[in-house]
Amino acid sequence: MRGKTRPGDRIFLGLSRGAGISLLVIMAAIAGFLAYRAGIAISKDDANFLTESEWNPAGNPPVFGIAVLAFGTIVSSVIAMIIAVPVAIGIALFISHYAPRKLAAPLAYVVDLLAAVPSIIYGLWGALFLVPYLDGLNSWLDEYLGWTYIFEKTGEGVARNLFTVGILLAIMILPIITNVTREVFLQVPKMHEEAALALGATRWEVIRMSVLPFGRSGIISASMLGLGRALGETMAVAVVLSPSFIISGHLLDPGGGTFAQNIAAKFNEADGFGRDALIASGLVLFVITLLVNGAARAIIARRKEYSGANA
Amino acid sequence: MAKRIDVSGLTAYYGSHKAIDDISMTIEPRSVTAFIGPSGCGKSTFLRTLNRMHEVTPGGRVEGKVMLDDEDLYGSNVDPVAVRRTVGMVFQRPNPFPTMSIFDNVAAGLRLNGSYKKNQLAEVVERSLKGANLWNEVKDRLNKPGSGLSGGQQQRLCIARAIAVEPDVLLMDEPCSALDPISTLAIEDLIGELKERFTIVIVTHNMQQAARVSDRTAFFNLAAVGQPGKLIEIDDTERIFANPSVQATEDYISGRFG
Amino acid sequence: MSQTLQDKRPVAAVRTGSLSHARMPRWAPAAIAVGSIAAGCGIGSAAGWHSRVQWGIIAALIFVLATYVITTKVENSRQAKDRVATSLVWVCFVLAVVPLLSLAWVTVKEGMEVVDGYFLGHSMNGVLDVQPGGGIYHALLGTVEQVLIAAVIAAPIGLLTAIYLVEYGRGKLAKAVTFFVDVMTGIPSIVAGLFILATWNLMLGFGPSGFAGGLALAILMMPVVVRSTEEMLKLVPNELREASLALGVPKWRTILKVVLPTAIGGITTGVMLAVARVTGETAPVLLLVFGTRLINPNPFEGAQSSLPLYVYEQYAVGTDASIARAWGAALVLIAFVMILNLVARGIARWKAPKTGK
Repeated sequence: MRGKTRPGDRIFLGLSRGAGISLLVIMAAIAGFLAYRAGIAISKDDANFLTESEWNPAGNPPVFGIAVLAFGTIVSSVIAMIIAVPVAIGIALFISHYAPRKLAAPLAYVVDLLAAVPSIIYGLWGALFLVPYLDGLNSWLDEYLGWTYIFEKTGEGVARNLFTVGILLAIMILPIITNVTREVFLQVPKMHEEAALALGATRWEVIRMSVLPFGRSGIISASMLGLGRALGETMAVAVVLSPSFIISGHLLDPGGGTFAQNIAAKFNEADGFGRDALIASGLVLFVITLLVNGAARAIIARRKEYSGANA
Repeated sequence: MAKRIDVSGLTAYYGSHKAIDDISMTIEPRSVTAFIGPSGCGKSTFLRTLNRMHEVTPGGRVEGKVMLDDEDLYGSNVDPVAVRRTVGMVFQRPNPFPTMSIFDNVAAGLRLNGSYKKNQLAEVVERSLKGANLWNEVKDRLNKPGSGLSGGQQQRLCIARAIAVEPDVLLMDEPCSALDPISTLAIEDLIGELKERFTIVIVTHNMQQAARVSDRTAFFNLAAVGQPGKLIEIDDTERIFANPSVQATEDYISGRFG
Repeated sequence: MSQTLQDKRPVAAVRTGSLSHARMPRWAPAAIAVGSIAAGCGIGSAAGWHSRVQWGIIAALIFVLATYVITTKVENSRQAKDRVATSLVWVCFVLAVVPLLSLAWVTVKEGMEVVDGYFLGHSMNGVLDVQPGGGIYHALLGTVEQVLIAAVIAAPIGLLTAIYLVEYGRGKLAKAVTFFVDVMTGIPSIVAGLFILATWNLMLGFGPSGFAGGLALAILMMPVVVRSTEEMLKLVPNELREASLALGVPKWRTILKVVLPTAIGGITTGVMLAVARVTGETAPVLLLVFGTRLINPNPFEGAQSSLPLYVYEQYAVGTDASIARAWGAALVLIAFVMILNLVARGIARWKAPKTGK
């Protein structure tokens, strides 16, 4: 059943559809223009863009590659995820199932607000406050866990390393992961929790039997959201890390870099070609975040099908 | 091992609101006791005090005694988890764990209480599903999710899950209200079989159902909306429906209110 | 009754003999917590660790271990697991609260030392890096202008897109838009900055300006606006739409006169939260607005500054005076964002009954 299309309806539909299409155009333009500029840069690169660890687009011939940046980005994000995801699940459970009721609501509100704190402020706090505190922890880790290689400190130097960056990123993405996870936990139908309770489950067993399975896709999508933030975080990393173009498995040694941090740090001194080179590295970051987001969507979509019969 | 329940002076609150007031009754083992009464009379609340599920609700608390044979459920060192393990419950809406298979749903309670060998577990699951008259319908798809079953089958799955841990008492909170007539009949038949082994308490809105399945019936009522619910009388089902001793019971049963 | 005993019995006999078992008193977790903290501090100071981080980690480890051991002894292994889970959840909470509280506290404390009327009302014109004094007026002005430009561009597009998705959206185009809105949410802010750089500056040849920054911020805002508006429009009950359509009101007027007014509170909240989010973005501003010490009220011409960029610049300078200014600007920025958040949430609450069922 369709009514006649009035001119007003047609105009309005046209406008709103146009807005939707413009979003698609913007996305296509981002990919297109970045790829175009990146192409210019990479075609003149004298080294393999993907495996080269040096960054010297001003040289003659220009030599630059993303190996260090990719390594640093992935390592710091992985550290952040390892710390943040379990802790965020813990806080979300605390708010949804453990905290005294009077505390839970204001707490949720505060966590909501914390998600809005600008990243540059996390960076400032991290550089001036967290780094000195982590110096002690670093030498401690070196002393007791130095044999693991990754926690071995090979030189002196303050804690402006990938490990610290990982911790700071973890703190930054905690609120966002916690928020999404908490919402999902609160949506667990009462009757599923009561089913477990009535079988004689302890509180933890209720959570394991009904809350966590129900919330799994939510936890995954929240984590992916956090991962996306961690991968693309610029300022906090730029402020805290003392960068270098060396790949080192010693996480406690200062050095390394990330895509976003490198762009921010190198931008001002870069000439036209140098900027194209930075755009090329930005394109790689763009593709990585696209893949992470796409994976998250796919996981959620598949999960939905599986538990679709959820009456 | 069906046990007798002796309730004395039981009062339950939601925060400051008194939901049921000073209830005392005896529930006989190996029989079906039905709770009837108008909406809001506290029969479900009372049912939930019998396995300490009431205190799970925010603000819920209980005064009084519930003796299961010779142990007070509300005694000082009693673990509510152990109580719920001993007093099983089936809810109004079927609630199988949506992410678990049929097999895992039935085995869930057992797995909580210790580790079993695979064949032991399979044995108990089969026995419980047979006990719930569901085995023939699901034996070929034990690994499929329980949420794929029909409503009536899901409810019988929940009953199988509850009896798998061999409770002493089985509480049923309007177990048929979300089901069609044919599934309801299947559950009612099942209740008749289960009372050989368990003490069964059932809350129902449907008076014919109470008359069909129960041996004894308790009638609850409340003086006015907002007032606490009270036990009006409890007696043999035949007597309640044929010749109740309180006028309010007769009014309710003959459909004059509620 | 020990559960481990029962486990060894045959299948049919899993029953508990008794409902009661020895239980820990209600104050036990608190006592263990206090004991562990004391132990953590004791060990920490005995070993001479400077960093309190280690003290905390030791205390947390002792807390969880002690809970497990004591509960296993007194109660049983299932209860022990339950209590360990509880204590872990508490540890997570404390672990997260400490840094976040510290962040808030440090910012307020350090910031309060410089923030005053002069700081808010003056630029950095003629102030040397090592000198105290100067202010953030130029940065505040820049931030407000850039964010307004972003909002003016992103809000209508986001709103219309959401209307399209909820009111008209069927078929492939709507699916594609939904998908790419999701993808767009995940774009790192620096990539949005690079995109505007590649088009507006490198291709079209414009110099740095507040407007360029606003464009990048608009890209970051759009998906947020679409998402939140979509949620709000979905909350508007279908009965309202049907009632209006049944009266013969055309669809576009139904949307304008019935649907949007019903959801307007939630939509406003969504837009304000999106504004709050992009206010703190530094990276695109760094690439596109460039930064200046002077007041430049014209966002279309020449470099501007912005609050987050100012924080970064002053930090990078690294003198005592400039770091104090960085904290001051950080405090103003946080206050700005928090006020936006609080007002937005206030509107949501105030208007909530209208969007309800």
